[in-house]
Amino acid sequence: MAEFLQLTVYGIVAGSIYALGAIGLSLVYGILRFPHFAHGDLITFGAYFALVPVSILGAPPELTFFFGVAATMILAVAIDQILYRRLRKVAPVILLIASVGVALILRSAVQLIWGPGNQYYSQGISMPWRLEGVNIKPDHLLIVGGAVLLVVLLHLFLQRTKTGKAMRAMSDNADLAQVTGIEVNKVIIWTWIIGGGMAAAAGVFLGIDTRLHPVMGWRILLPVFAAAILGGIGKPYGAIVGGLIIGLAQEYSTVILSPPYKPAVAFALMVLMLIFKPTGLFAGRKA
Amino acid sequence: MSGIIEYVMFALCLVGIYGILALGLNIQWGLTGLFNIGVAAFFAVGAYTSGILTAPPSDAHLGGFEMPLVIGILGAIVASGILALFVGLVTLNLRADYLAIASIGIAEIVRLFLKTEGWLTGGVRGMEIGRPFEDSLTGNFTLNYLIFLAIVIVILFLLLEVARKAPWGRVLRAIRENEDSALAAGKNVLSFRIQAFVLGSCVMGLGGALYGHFFGFLSPEAFRPMLATFLVWVMLIAGGSGNNKGALLGALVIWVIWSGTEFLTGMLPAELSTRAGSIRILLIGVLLEIILVTRPEGILSEAGERLANIRRERRRSGEGS
Repeated sequence: MAEFLQLTVYGIVAGSIYALGAIGLSLVYGILRFPHFAHGDLITFGAYFALVPVSILGAPPELTFFFGVAATMILAVAIDQILYRRLRKVAPVILLIASVGVALILRSAVQLIWGPGNQYYSQGISMPWRLEGVNIKPDHLLIVGGAVLLVVLLHLFLQRTKTGKAMRAMSDNADLAQVTGIEVNKVIIWTWIIGGGMAAAAGVFLGIDTRLHPVMGWRILLPVFAAAILGGIGKPYGAIVGGLIIGLAQEYSTVILSPPYKPAVAFALMVLMLIFKPTGLFAGRKA
Repeated sequence: MSGIIEYVMFALCLVGIYGILALGLNIQWGLTGLFNIGVAAFFAVGAYTSGILTAPPSDAHLGGFEMPLVIGILGAIVASGILALFVGLVTLNLRADYLAIASIGIAEIVRLFLKTEGWLTGGVRGMEIGRPFEDSLTGNFTLNYLIFLAIVIVILFLLLEVARKAPWGRVLRAIRENEDSALAAGKNVLSFRIQAFVLGSCVMGLGGALYGHFFGFLSPEAFRPMLATFLVWVMLIAGGSGNNKGALLGALVIWVIWSGTEFLTGMLPAELSTRAGSIRILLIGVLLEIILVTRPEGILSEAGERLANIRRERRRSGEGS
């Protein structure tokens, strides 16, 4: 039982990180109509951006988080306006190829700037709390709490603001949204701000949970995609549920499978979903 | 002087191997519009299959069959084809971008499998496999291998050109351009897609086998899956998707540029030289984006070739009349 609870804890932590990545991916997929393969590397960049104030100024971690998120938002919008905007007229699949290129550019930029090795936000091991045989680290609470807070903020943004409503409309039906006079470019920029910010948060949390590495984001791209598809493309709320399901499933699978095969579990769930219910749990865009 | 010749032959061998991969991708993406970014998976499966079939006995991994090279290569083609059939049956009736997502999953799982299942592949320690024609013919391994590769590529190219011009190739292009009209014309779209996907992956498996025997050593790190896949993609797009000549030309041009960047980064100050690899990948990435924005059809575009053919036909009929 204790083992089960322990895996549940790990699963929820991983699931929160996947969910944050999947929200942005799902919104971009729903609004711009292409799977953004550089999303994993935005996650990486978010984590490394947050390292900058830590290493240069010795700033407190709370500040670095906001710095990482803001810098990644700017990066995401810049990539879109410089590159993706020029390719929007052609087929979405060209955008897909371009995003694979961006993924590699971003990854090599990280290696170039910060080096190929592992990095850490803070040295030393934080002592876990033991509750009835289950280890919980303070970091775990920070990650899950942070993710919940961000999701609540996202919810308020999507439901209460005009831009948020326009985003949901674009994601549901882009043509109809345009006819009603929604400013497409503005919505797209907001999509990247939200997507980039959420990705950066995922990156910082992943960095807190494990370590910083130039392929950290790329390695979780598959579970993040699985989460977005499970929840339904273009459905940010679905992405949250999808993230948690993938996170938990990956952890529970270690009971029978060897841990390196965790990504295979995400993959299997994604493929099953695509076969039996391609619209996802929350009926997103149809295949 | 002989050093330079040796290097050029070595480079041409790699160009040839990448050219084979680009030809394989051209069947999938260029002709049929199937987006596979798991090229490295089929490449690696081909290399390991041929390696296991031909390698001398070893305690470190499965093997000791010591089959001839031809059997190894055939095995590589069959194994990649079987993997592709399995993947294709599951994903090919889904939307094109789902195949793209599924293909990174396949590549990741194959990579993990090769790394984890040491009994089969030697794991991270890698696998020694034989280098064929070490001392036959001209006595120079690289030259022998280059001749062998050239023969393979010429045969492969001619076969693929026949396939492309045949009704089979036309159906693939029809599916790429407009799936619904191909369906309306009574074509079994799913079946043709699976055929194209499997055939393309078989060619990638062939490329993998030839790569493995060229170096005589395999390890999961040797493949650098993302880099190999990405280079092949840039080659095909730069050369011209849908055009077999373009795929080969792209392989040559991009390989020259890729090696050229090595030369460039060699001139960097010493403290930056450790990061040369990242600079090279970054430059190739930027090159891809520039091609996509300025000339997405590539150097030898498919449409350009078609126009040239029409013009040639017209001239011929003009002379006849």
